[in-house]
Amino acid sequence: MPEFDTDSDLIKEYKYGFFTDIESDTIPKGLNEEVVAMISGKKNEPVWMLEWRLKAYRRWLKMKSPRWAFLDYPEIDFQNIHYYSAPKQNVDSTELDPELMKTFERLGIPMNEHDALSGVAMDVVFDSVSVGTTHKELLEEQGILFCSISEAIQKHPELVKKYLGTVVPPGDNYYAALNSAVFTDGSFCYIPKGVTCPVELSTYFRINAADTGQFERTLIICDDHATCSYLEGCTAPARDSNQLHAAVVEIVALDHAEVKYSTVQNWYAGDKDGQGGIYNFVTKRGHCRGIKSKISWTQVEVGAAITWKYPSCVLEGDGSSGEFYSVAFTNNKMQADTGTKMIHVGKNTSSTIVSKGISAGQSSNNYRGLVKVYPGATHARNHSACDSLLIGRECSANTFPYIESEDDTAALAHEATTSTISEEQLFYLKSRGISEEDAASMVVRGFCKDVFKHLPLEFSVEAVKLLEIKLEGSIG
Amino acid sequence: MAYLDIQNLHASIGDIEILKGVNLQINKGEVHALMGPNGSGKSTLSSVIMGHPSYDVTEGDILLEGESILEMDPDERARAGLFLCFQYPVAIPGVSISNFLKKAMDARHPEGKTPAGPFLKEMRENMAYLDMDKSFANRGLNEGFSGGEKKRMEILQMMMFKPGIAIMDETDSGLDIDALQVVSKGVNKMRGPDLGLLVITHYERILNYIEPEHLHVLMDGQVVMSGGPELVKKLEEYGYDWVREQTMATA
Ligand SMILES: Nc1ncnc2c1ncn2[C@@H]1O[C@H](COP(=O)(O)OP(=O)(O)OP(=O)(O)O)[C@@H](O)[C@H]1O
Ligand SMILES: [Mg+2]
Repeated sequence: MPEFDTDSDLIKEYKYGFFTDIESDTIPKGLNEEVVAMISGKKNEPVWMLEWRLKAYRRWLKMKSPRWAFLDYPEIDFQNIHYYSAPKQNVDSTELDPELMKTFERLGIPMNEHDALSGVAMDVVFDSVSVGTTHKELLEEQGILFCSISEAIQKHPELVKKYLGTVVPPGDNYYAALNSAVFTDGSFCYIPKGVTCPVELSTYFRINAADTGQFERTLIICDDHATCSYLEGCTAPARDSNQLHAAVVEIVALDHAEVKYSTVQNWYAGDKDGQGGIYNFVTKRGHCRGIKSKISWTQVEVGAAITWKYPSCVLEGDGSSGEFYSVAFTNNKMQADTGTKMIHVGKNTSSTIVSKGISAGQSSNNYRGLVKVYPGATHARNHSACDSLLIGRECSANTFPYIESEDDTAALAHEATTSTISEEQLFYLKSRGISEEDAASMVVRGFCKDVFKHLPLEFSVEAVKLLEIKLEGSIG
Repeated sequence: MAYLDIQNLHASIGDIEILKGVNLQINKGEVHALMGPNGSGKSTLSSVIMGHPSYDVTEGDILLEGESILEMDPDERARAGLFLCFQYPVAIPGVSISNFLKKAMDARHPEGKTPAGPFLKEMRENMAYLDMDKSFANRGLNEGFSGGEKKRMEILQMMMFKPGIAIMDETDSGLDIDALQVVSKGVNKMRGPDLGLLVITHYERILNYIEPEHLHVLMDGQVVMSGGPELVKKLEEYGYDWVREQTMATA
């Protein structure tokens, strides 16, 4: 039987906040070279991989945690975290543990092949390991590789070696270095030349064990003229203590390739008073390496106590384009510092940024974005629109748009607005018979429309529902 | 007992009293016009009837079918049968008209959901009746609408919601002749034994299209004169000074 947290209010507020009581294989708390080697050993990794990790670890030791973001949190004690925890599974069986199956049912994720969502192939990462991938055969027919990164290191080392760390180098930033040293699992996708991936590829991340960090690593490569759409979802149990999630996602798009990456981030956000919740320090970056390639990020961030996340695009291929569509909702004591970087390197590159921040309660919600145009990146175009919506008087929103252009031919446009749900809007809708709560949620949905329309349909319905649940009780 | 019965209504905003004892009775099937100088309190009266939270009712009552509605929220009042065509409708960006109308219809439906098919059919028919282009259904509510488009949108809502009482706050202001005719056409279609109308206006011209049986003059927060259609002509001819003289004389 899955155990439930005793605090039923918590459960009500966060319906994914339950804990699965399952035997797990966990290595002791703390971080040193031995722990890095143990993680590598658990996964039977080749020596080159271990060396890569150790190099990253040594880099990390020399680095300082970034404090430039508009976030307020105590120093993280990196020695007080388990860096590996995996549910024990029967090695002989190809079936999932029944407890795990039940967990995924409660999360609404069908894991057996015949219940699997028809247009979505799913990889599920439970704490530190991937516990199963669906739709394998269909994908294999097309030559698409979709598996856990651990499996990819074993089975496709040449691809991993060629691309891992080339978009987000281990020394890129503090959390990327940490992730490179201790990443435990994540997804790997390779779409071969000319292939349009027939289903949505999806990874679901679940943190279950207490005091465990989740360090997943995802690598997506779309070869020439290939396209794919990737979805990511995440949840964690409700706990009083903070938990660290430090992921790295790398995307490579070659000539004419297109990758669409969508996230619905619903980590546990802590309680009303800011007790507990996930610290979400994530580095996501896409590299438009090929000509006319395209990478599009869509994120709906409604969870986590702290969000530090800037999905970015390096537009190197001539004529390549990058997009960033974001809804970030914060409530209670949540803090978000999120945005994007669009780095224009190639000629005729273009980027679009649409950011919608919604703050309620005493939360703080900040957009931070950089548009950089290198010399010679002629005729770069960017359009940025950053809107903030405030609910109530105790929350705050800030916008930090940085623009660095070193080419005269660039055309960059930036717009920003801050608004509140006005009394007149609520009165208008209410005077039509719509209840206050529905009216407020309507205004918020309208506000987010330009982002939601970029989500795959099923995900967008989900995102709307999620936002509505989150809004309940934050109005008035 | 009148369907809508406003009794000695006093309302203020902060310390400023704006309505100073309004009396007005409207029954279903009747059309009333309300005129009065700028700032006399016409929009305030509409907002107070609808339950705008900025105004405090300090004295008097508003009864709908004999029951006081003062304790009801605006959405409850709307569902009870009141409707206000706003003088200045606000925009709700990103919320499509069809979506908004559906939500508002759902809110009225006993099971909380109007069947989509008949709803869409009715919406399209009403839009066609008001010469609104089909594409409007997908536009954001009042988002970038011209003044005339906003007013048509208000009438469209009235046609969909079928209220017992509709208050039209200067729906005719800023309309060109064609739009005025379309709006009047919508109103006249709704007219009948199930609807009581209060038409607030500054101009005689809309009253030529929508012929009211009763006319009231609001001045300084009070209804100071009431009469039949013949009063329209008099007002048009002599102006509000004449009303002031008349009321002074009787006072
Ligand atoms: N929110 C407010 N704060 C302060 N004063 C207000 C407010 N709302 C209305 N008033 C005042 O109340 C009075 C009546 O205003 P109201 O808008 O009801 O007039 P009206 O008769 O509708 O005028 P018009 O013909 O110009 O539309 C005015 O003096 C106005 O300034
Ligand atoms: Mg007015």
